[in-house]
Amino acid sequence: MPRAKANSSLFEREGVLAFTLLIPSMLVILGVLIFPLITSLGLSFTDLKLTKPKSGVFIGLGNYFDAIMDPIFWASIQRTLIFAVSTVLIETCMGVAIALLLNQKFVGRGFVRGLVILPWALPYVVNGIMWKWIFDANYGAFNAALTQLGIIEKYHIWLGDPSTAMILVIFANIWKETPVAIILVLAALQSIPADLYEAAAIDGAKRVKIFTHITLPLLKPIIISLIIIKTIWALKEFDLIYIITKGGPANGTNMFSYYIYQNTFQFLNFGYGSALAYMLTILTIGLSAIYMRSLKGGLEIES
Amino acid sequence: MVSNNKKLGRVLLYSAVLLVCLGILVPYSWLVISSVSQRVDLTAVPLKWIPNTFNFENYRQIAIGDSSSGVNATLKSGLLNSVIIAVSATIFCLFAGSLAAYAFSRLRFHAKNFVFSFILLTQVMPMIVLIIPIYIIMSRVGLLNTIPALVIADSAFILPLVIWLMRSFFESIPRELEEMARIDGCSRFGTIFRIIFPLSTPGLAASGIFTFIIAWNEFFSALILSSTIKSKTISVIISEFSSKVGVDYVAMAAAGVIASIPPVLFALIFQKYIVQGLTAGAVKG
Repeated sequence: MPRAKANSSLFEREGVLAFTLLIPSMLVILGVLIFPLITSLGLSFTDLKLTKPKSGVFIGLGNYFDAIMDPIFWASIQRTLIFAVSTVLIETCMGVAIALLLNQKFVGRGFVRGLVILPWALPYVVNGIMWKWIFDANYGAFNAALTQLGIIEKYHIWLGDPSTAMILVIFANIWKETPVAIILVLAALQSIPADLYEAAAIDGAKRVKIFTHITLPLLKPIIISLIIIKTIWALKEFDLIYIITKGGPANGTNMFSYYIYQNTFQFLNFGYGSALAYMLTILTIGLSAIYMRSLKGGLEIES
Repeated sequence: MVSNNKKLGRVLLYSAVLLVCLGILVPYSWLVISSVSQRVDLTAVPLKWIPNTFNFENYRQIAIGDSSSGVNATLKSGLLNSVIIAVSATIFCLFAGSLAAYAFSRLRFHAKNFVFSFILLTQVMPMIVLIIPIYIIMSRVGLLNTIPALVIADSAFILPLVIWLMRSFFESIPRELEEMARIDGCSRFGTIFRIIFPLSTPGLAASGIFTFIIAWNEFFSALILSSTIKSKTISVIISEFSSKVGVDYVAMAAAGVIASIPPVLFALIFQKYIVQGLTAGAVKG
């Protein structure tokens, strides 16, 4: 592209034009993302507590040491890991399985592919109240169905027990998030050239062999992406827990993000909350770095 | 034998597809049925799955009922706030995002790659680390409990995605078109508004629908930044509704169904755009 002529207006210079075009976005991103990110770091080194006057004093890494000594923090990390590993594994496997299914030819395929988007489009809060209502102890459809089928005798308080509550939160997340995996894997499947399969069929390869030797290796990049993105999302999970269990019973579903929320906005412990939030951020950035590297690796293999 | 196997395969295929459809439809249908049931039928043991008479009272209330006070007024104000916030955030994100995307796609400037990666990195930031200072800042500048605060916060969280989507869209428009217009004496701004934007309608539509759904469904920032009815979104209203003791299940289900109509309808009608948005979003991370 030719350089701007000397007599042309200011906007003909690429740098100036680019700067102008970036102003609205950068104002918002700097103001609402970058500036808070720096402020948060500052807050995490203070003992700011809204209920305590004269707080906000610099205490160095005090909050971070407190976190290391905080048993509820470690328990919340452990639950977050259980939640992340189970949702990511199940959603990825189900995503691949359902995408393979929807890649077959059958009547009404377009309709079913559209329907799959429904859980994704549902607001988080509606997803939350829907499952909370279904698993309701007194009037829930789940209890009603199980008793009417004769599987259980009496209505259970499903959300009253830490471990079943956890399973139900995981279940509600799987229902809502699997569509993303299905859509991504389906898009990847559609980009596999048909002649690869034809060639394999001519060579007399069995279906299982075609899957393990052609489909699966070609899906590998998208599966790796899915696992990393979904892990990042799982670490951030808040909405479902807030709606369905509020972290209970007995902290049984109190996960990392919810624990940060509790400390900050319920106990008004802004300093400690910020420190916890920063730990989550560092974890997330670490995972993203791995992700970006794996994407680059994938591109190199392709080219 | 071969044809029998094939038949069995078809049966298995259709059963599996049916299972997927039921898995998606049954829970949501139960919410819809609950929303038009009589309270007596819903709380009966054993449960009556299909109510004897349908009850459209909650929908009627929201459509034409008194909206001066009570639950109905709260719901209506929540819906109105959600519409205003989601539409404003969508317009702003499309405007600011496509200008920025143009710069990243077509212009050469200092530290371009660095700025671009930086913007993408902000996308993975946990909202909770940002919302604590945002809350403090908003309360200092007096924007707490206002609609602009939510529009700004939503826009910031969605902008990186819109920039990414629009940039990849601009990349698909041949550069020759602009160069020809420039030779004909069109200014830089002129080419953006006369050539690029008209050609990007599908890209703008895809990003717009995606942005609207995400902004409509957004809950966390609305929960933190709005504690009065003035700016509470429908999601926040429903969440409060559901945690009340002795909640009216029929009304709660109706509110849930109404809140889900705009995003679900958009997603089903504009499926193709959603798939594009999700696929591009994942590649970015």
